Amino acid sequence: MSDLPLVQADRAVPPAAPTTVTGGRGRRLRLLSRTDRVVITLMVLVPLLLVVALVWLPAVATVLLSGTNWDGIGPLGEIDWVGWKNYDDVVNIYPPFVPAVQNNLLWLAALFVVATPFGMFLAVLLDKELRGSRFYQTALYLPVVLSLALIGFVWQLIYSRDQGLLNAVLGSQTDWYGDPHVNIWAVLVAAGWRHVGYIMLLYLAGLKGVDPSLREAAAVDGSSEASTFFRVVFPVMRPINIIVLVVTVIESLRAFDLVWVVNKGRNGLELLSALVTQNVVGEASRIGFGSALATIMLVVSLVFITVYLATVMREEKR
Amino acid sequence: MSRPRSQAEYLARLVPPSVAGLNRRSLLAGAAGAGALLGTGLLAGCGSDSDSGAGSKVVSLGSNQSDPKPKDVIAKVMDGFKTSSGVTVTINTVDHNTFQENINNYLQGKPDDVFTWFAGYRMRFFAAKGLAGDLSDVWGKLSGYSDAFKKASTGDDGKQYFVPASYYPWAVFYRKSVWQQHGYQVPKTLDDLNTLGAQMKKDGLVPIAFADKDGWPAMGTFDILNLRINGYQFHIDLMAGKEAWTSDKVKKVFDAWAGLLPIHQPDALGRTWQEAAQSLQQKKSGMYLLGLFVAQQFNNDEQDDLDFFTFPEIDSTIGAKALDAPIDGYMMARKPKSETNAKKLLEYLGSKDAADITVKNDPSTLVANTGADTGGYTALQKKAAELVGSATEIAQFLDRDTRPDFASTVIIPALQQFIKNPKDVSGLLTSIENQKKSIFTS
Repeated sequence: MSDLPLVQADRAVPPAAPTTVTGGRGRRLRLLSRTDRVVITLMVLVPLLLVVALVWLPAVATVLLSGTNWDGIGPLGEIDWVGWKNYDDVVNIYPPFVPAVQNNLLWLAALFVVATPFGMFLAVLLDKELRGSRFYQTALYLPVVLSLALIGFVWQLIYSRDQGLLNAVLGSQTDWYGDPHVNIWAVLVAAGWRHVGYIMLLYLAGLKGVDPSLREAAAVDGSSEASTFFRVVFPVMRPINIIVLVVTVIESLRAFDLVWVVNKGRNGLELLSALVTQNVVGEASRIGFGSALATIMLVVSLVFITVYLATVMREEKR
Repeated sequence: MSRPRSQAEYLARLVPPSVAGLNRRSLLAGAAGAGALLGTGLLAGCGSDSDSGAGSKVVSLGSNQSDPKPKDVIAKVMDGFKTSSGVTVTINTVDHNTFQENINNYLQGKPDDVFTWFAGYRMRFFAAKGLAGDLSDVWGKLSGYSDAFKKASTGDDGKQYFVPASYYPWAVFYRKSVWQQHGYQVPKTLDDLNTLGAQMKKDGLVPIAFADKDGWPAMGTFDILNLRINGYQFHIDLMAGKEAWTSDKVKKVFDAWAGLLPIHQPDALGRTWQEAAQSLQQKKSGMYLLGLFVAQQFNNDEQDDLDFFTFPEIDSTIGAKALDAPIDGYMMARKPKSETNAKKLLEYLGSKDAADITVKNDPSTLVANTGADTGGYTALQKKAAELVGSATEIAQFLDRDTRPDFASTVIIPALQQFIKNPKDVSGLLTSIENQKKSIFTS
């Protein structure tokens, strides 16, 4: 990419033109007209400023605040520096922290091992142009469109211990949302329910883009359905596969909404994101402590992002 | 963290902040200062451009009464103030939850001259930080308040910073028809309560309905047990971080609670208070310790069947006269644009006239002013008013009596942990104490 010339042939000012020779300037700069330079500068500056202001400044501020005990009251100048105390507290005396890390990992594993493959499987089925595939498609994608508040209610109606559908049908007394050994699985089912539809739609769009002649060629060669998919279609879909993988990782790291709707991320449903919100948002205003949690989350995300970027870049170099 | 007062408010708070217009990043940015400006800009809203000076005829009110009914009542009270004083009130209503979550930014920015708030630790905290105006001279002109209410309106420096408007008590509710059918008697002591619970179990009832999915209802149980076992002063000192959670006194509370858990509804952590209240309404449970708002879950024709008693005595030297009765009311900003008008408004809000308007228009509240004409009260309201009137001390409920960060990030998970596993009390108390030390010293 970087070797490509920045100038389009038809807009470049001919280097020989006498008006542009002002002496001293590099040859490369003279290739760009004044408008080009302004446009390029703006195109670099505006996104840069946005990224700095909306991503890097908050991120750096979070890291800095994690070393303080600011409670949101009083001017910034009065903030006391407490060093590593917040991190020490998080790890040593904050009981929800360890379950939160475990739950985040469990979330990632469940989406990666169950929900994502299942969504891909459904996409492959729907790609077969079954009767009523539009209906299935809509039905499966619906959870992604519904608002969170509504999803919370739908599952509350199903999982409620005393009045819920599930216990009424099964005749059981399981405390789906209250029992800390059960509720994470109950919520994972709900999360998977949404995630499957999302992955299905992404993957279906990719499958529609696969050149049919590839399949025909495979069929002519006598390849079975399964081996056509795994040996021909799947490798061709590499860009979509990577998107699906990244979406899965991102979804599990930022998982938040469902547990928040259920019980604000407590009692077996701790997630890092929910802990950050509990501490920073609202009246609690443990901004320093919450920032320490957010920084830990940032570091965990960075690990995944680094692994992903390294893989992608290594592949591209090949 | 306040109790949802209506179904609509309960539903509204289920919407996570990310959907309601706040997101984590913008909040983290807010931590850096940008959000502070944004938040106050949103909240200060109107009233910021009203002119200053004693001659002005305008005063602004920041109200968290966003539900239709209470909002309407506030408007009527303000009309009453305009008629009596000629000063117009600009009402700036903000969603109840948003108001509470943004209170820090709100008070540090350009708050309205007068704003709605609750009595308790947080009120005293704002007063100590200089974020609220001294109302001692307004109190000099108020009448009709019991000493308990004055005490609840007083800051750490002995001055008053708060004018109470309404309140509701926490008590043990039951259905008269169920109790008559089985011939139950109101328990006077802890032993009576246990005997009654055992009898109810025999009769096929869940003795005490219980729910703690949202984290706060169990605080009511802790409060009342601590008030009965260790008394009001210890409770308040414990809440203020002055007493150790690892002390034997606190351990005794949890031991007593563990003894009562068998007669509580099981699996409380997955149940909302509405569901627990419905089990009382459906005559599946015998009693329920909750605030007066439990009545919302009963049909209109069942209201007369609802009755309550205050939690029985545990230690005879301490008695059973203290209780949780959260008080809602008004405070004044540190620098109101027109102090004269703001104080005039607060004096009116604390008067019998304002209370009368409230009673007439909203029969579900109990007004704080005892001089008010309470002829419109239902039997339940009259009894609730008597109960609070006879209370020697009034606590404000755990999350209003202590630091909000301590209540929500330490106590809620800890109480839920206790309900899950009532056996390891000392480990739990050590954990609370460690976190308390870290939070209260910061």
